[in-house]
Amino acid sequence: MKDRMFSDDPRFKVAKREAWIGVGLVIINFLWWFGFAYGLGSREAEEYKYILGFPDWFFFSCILGLVWMSALVIFTVKVFFKEVPFDDEE
Amino acid sequence: MSWNTVLPMIVFLLIVFAVGFWAGKFVSQTDSFLQEYFLGSRAMGGFLLAMTMMATYGSASSFIGGPGVAYSTGLGWVLLSMAQLPAGYFVLMVLGKKFAIMARQYKAVTLIDFLKSHYNSDRVGILAALSIIIFLFSSIAAQWVGGARLIESLLGISYTTALIIFALSVMIYVVIGGFRAVAITDTILGSVMFFGTLILLTAVIIAGGGVGNIMERLIETDPDLVRPFGADGELTPLYVSSYWILVGVGVVGLPQIAVRAMSYKNAKAMHQAIIISTVFVGIIMLGMHLVGVFARAIIPDIQIGDSVMPVTTMEVLPPVLAGIVLAAPMAAIMSTVNALLIMVSSAIVKDIYLSYINRNADDQKIRRVSYRVTALLGVAVFIMALSPPDFLIWLNLFSFGGLEAAFIWPVVLGLYWRKGNKYGAVYSMFAGTGSYILLHTFYPDAFGMHTVVIPVILSFLTFVSVSLLTERKAAQEPLRKIS
Repeated sequence: MKDRMFSDDPRFKVAKREAWIGVGLVIINFLWWFGFAYGLGSREAEEYKYILGFPDWFFFSCILGLVWMSALVIFTVKVFFKEVPFDDEE
Repeated sequence: MSWNTVLPMIVFLLIVFAVGFWAGKFVSQTDSFLQEYFLGSRAMGGFLLAMTMMATYGSASSFIGGPGVAYSTGLGWVLLSMAQLPAGYFVLMVLGKKFAIMARQYKAVTLIDFLKSHYNSDRVGILAALSIIIFLFSSIAAQWVGGARLIESLLGISYTTALIIFALSVMIYVVIGGFRAVAITDTILGSVMFFGTLILLTAVIIAGGGVGNIMERLIETDPDLVRPFGADGELTPLYVSSYWILVGVGVVGLPQIAVRAMSYKNAKAMHQAIIISTVFVGIIMLGMHLVGVFARAIIPDIQIGDSVMPVTTMEVLPPVLAGIVLAAPMAAIMSTVNALLIMVSSAIVKDIYLSYINRNADDQKIRRVSYRVTALLGVAVFIMALSPPDFLIWLNLFSFGGLEAAFIWPVVLGLYWRKGNKYGAVYSMFAGTGSYILLHTFYPDAFGMHTVVIPVILSFLTFVSVSLLTERKAAQEPLRKIS
């Protein structure tokens, strides 16, 4: 018996690709967040530069991180995500 | 507290009621009661989907507990809270289209339905149903206690009266309107949460004389408040990073979130929702936790963490605006509770009653049973919340991480790994939840990471190894059940 849930339905290929894109985005998100927070943040407080009033590590990691991830998510969805029907025509 | 503050909250409750009754109309007119009551007939558009995901996810801890901790730990806790950003896009992307298509083929109304049909196993179904009922019941009760305490402190009325107000305002519209009422009220509640955050953040910055000024004052108090390691250096990079599993990617395994990923109309709705929920979750989490840190510079002597947000709000805002902002944590609690309530009710009606007690109930009968179960659940929670037993509080500690460890792999690997089978699913659920409870009791925050990490790894290893070991046995049994 053939398993319909793992058939070569082209919609499943789309779904799989998009799931991997999700994983990729989380990895990018994490690296950005971690890199700036602990890369810049490990200095003493008096060595920080301040951007818009925020310590530089926080500004890059959290504030710019949010802006940049939102932009990346919007771009990814608009460019790489395909619309497929969910119901079967049977 | 003045009437000017209470008034916006009352207006807000009335609007929520009205929506519940309006949604009740759909329920009474539908010809497929189950699909409508527990899943809103899979008709959700993008905005609604995003708001209900965000509102269900954002709970009392985002508005009350979180800012309180940020107040004493500083920017390090805001950094930690940003681990929640992936919850906005990751869940919908990973469960994604495959989950939506398969759920439709199985005609699944609940996550349990989905697992039961996918693994063609009653044992998976009953196990999933029991863990959802037990864990989510206790977390509903805990949220109700939180909601009642909030009303109690805001209005200065007794705990019991506060609990009655809270219980009635949630139960009435959930019982009548079902999932659709929950989703639509979530949209209102979500907007209140969003705008409440923006208003409060702006007001706090103004009251503190700008961000630069606030930071200077924080450094004077304690320079560690503006560093990422917490005021006592307790936030190690490893510990903070492990929250990415608990509140970020692990959210895929939460039944109340996953069920939303099968309720939307079409691919376009899903695409929209990904974008909207990422932006909203990000702004709310960043904003509310920042408020907690900033508050430290404005009112430096708040003793109780949970009162940081309400006290700050009343300090920096005029009464009417304060009322609107204080409706936000109420909204967060209500929108979490309503989702859990309908979730547990669906587990009892669909996965216990219709599967084991009365398989041939007709639509009328199901309808009556559903209303009754939802209402009885509410009453049961109410009685529990009057004086919460220790056992319940103990259970609630596991409800978030325990459910994640139980469901994440049976759901995700079920979708994408051909060799996953029911044996793998059953054993990994036991391994995940079991090890979570054991670790939490005997070795919390093992190896400097949040307790959830090891159970998630264990349940992964169990799922894969058991599925491979039983491959031959499983191959001789009938495959999936497509009704």
